[in-house]
Amino acid sequence: MDAWINTWGNALPYLLEGLQVTLYIFFIAIIIGFLIGLLMALLRLSPFKILNWIAKIFVDAIRGTPFIVQLFFIYFGLNSLDFISMDNTTAGIVTVAINAGAYFSEIIRAGIQSIDKGQTEAARSLGLNSTQNMRHIILPQAFRRMLPTFTNQAIISLKDTSLLSVIGVADLTQEGRIQASATFQAFEIYLLLGVIYFIVIYLLSMLASFVERKFVLR
Amino acid sequence: MTMIRVENLKKSFGDLEVIKDMSTVVEEKEVICVIGPSGSGKSTFLRCLNRLEEITDGHVYIEGVDITDPKNNINKIRQDVGMVFQQFNLFPHKTVMQNVTLAPMKLKNMDKAAAEKKAYELLDKVGLREKAKAYPGELSGGQKQRVAIARALAMDPKIMLFDEPTSALDPEMVGDVLDVMKELAREGMTMVVVTHEMGFAAEMGDRVLFIDGGYIVEENVPKELFGNPQHERTKAFLSKVL
Repeated sequence: MDAWINTWGNALPYLLEGLQVTLYIFFIAIIIGFLIGLLMALLRLSPFKILNWIAKIFVDAIRGTPFIVQLFFIYFGLNSLDFISMDNTTAGIVTVAINAGAYFSEIIRAGIQSIDKGQTEAARSLGLNSTQNMRHIILPQAFRRMLPTFTNQAIISLKDTSLLSVIGVADLTQEGRIQASATFQAFEIYLLLGVIYFIVIYLLSMLASFVERKFVLR
Repeated sequence: MTMIRVENLKKSFGDLEVIKDMSTVVEEKEVICVIGPSGSGKSTFLRCLNRLEEITDGHVYIEGVDITDPKNNINKIRQDVGMVFQQFNLFPHKTVMQNVTLAPMKLKNMDKAAAEKKAYELLDKVGLREKAKAYPGELSGGQKQRVAIARALAMDPKIMLFDEPTSALDPEMVGDVLDVMKELAREGMTMVVVTHEMGFAAEMGDRVLFIDGGYIVEENVPKELFGNPQHERTKAFLSKVL
């Protein structure tokens, strides 16, 4: 047991450094992903067929391909073009953001569509235009309703960031791999790695249920 | 002054022709009650008056402005035309006060203090001042509908449209809502009311429109329409509801 604690004590500072990278990537990607999702949901619901199609193709393309393929495409594929140059962290953020964005857009679309159309009619009958209706009436209600599903996707995205270790991003998983191979104590290190992910995700879900309670559906 | 002019209005949903050909005129301060069997097109007729339904053919003029002309700003016109719905459609995430002040603050750039002052006056009028901080979920149906009326009035509309405003209410709530509507009518509001409340139509209506099968079958002062209906379909309908 002492040996384990010793191993963990030595590895922990490195892992926490990796955790910082993981959280940094996660938060930026989730914010960008949310904005992408919102944009795509609005395109999908817009009255213009061409915009619907753009959103639909985007969502289908992301949902229909593995995350790791998207990551390789963006990091190796796009970088091989002359006019684009991204470091691995940027490519990782972009991939997680785009991937989350596709799923968010479906969540947001479902949230918007779940709001009774009487709400829109009431808002429009008062003279609000469609943008004002979205902003003041529909989205605030839709966001409350989609919070649980949103949390779910955020957790999936957080776990997806572990795949960025494959392109050498020094995230939590990558630091774990380095520690495991440096110490030859794979069992102890990967156990600790799992515990750290678990704690972070547990805290995240607690935060989410706190927010949910705060914005309880009226 | 003519507030609403409807000329050869037609409305189809796909192949289904709901409004076949309707024309009528509503003068200032008139209270028009619209009656007819369900599915006859009376709600659709009302919803065409502020273009909540896209109009298939014909024209609707609000204070002389053709709302079927895409060049006219429908959002601006709707500010003058309040609407009250069968299902209330209050904004559940906003308090009663916020429901009433939202449109004046966003559309008329009224400051919060002025909007709230006005809202309290309107809530007084509908007897719900003490509910200002409540959320719609905490109100009874009758209270919700009265808030909905206050919300529509907050924009100082010149016309009020009522789409079966008491149909979703428990019987004991109906009176309160009708009282508010009667008060409005006495104050001279121009009103178009789709209703199943024949008593209200008889008492408050300047004219009653009987709609059936996509046409305005008959329109007359209530005394004549209820007492001496001219058309077979009017007679058949009235014999069922009176």
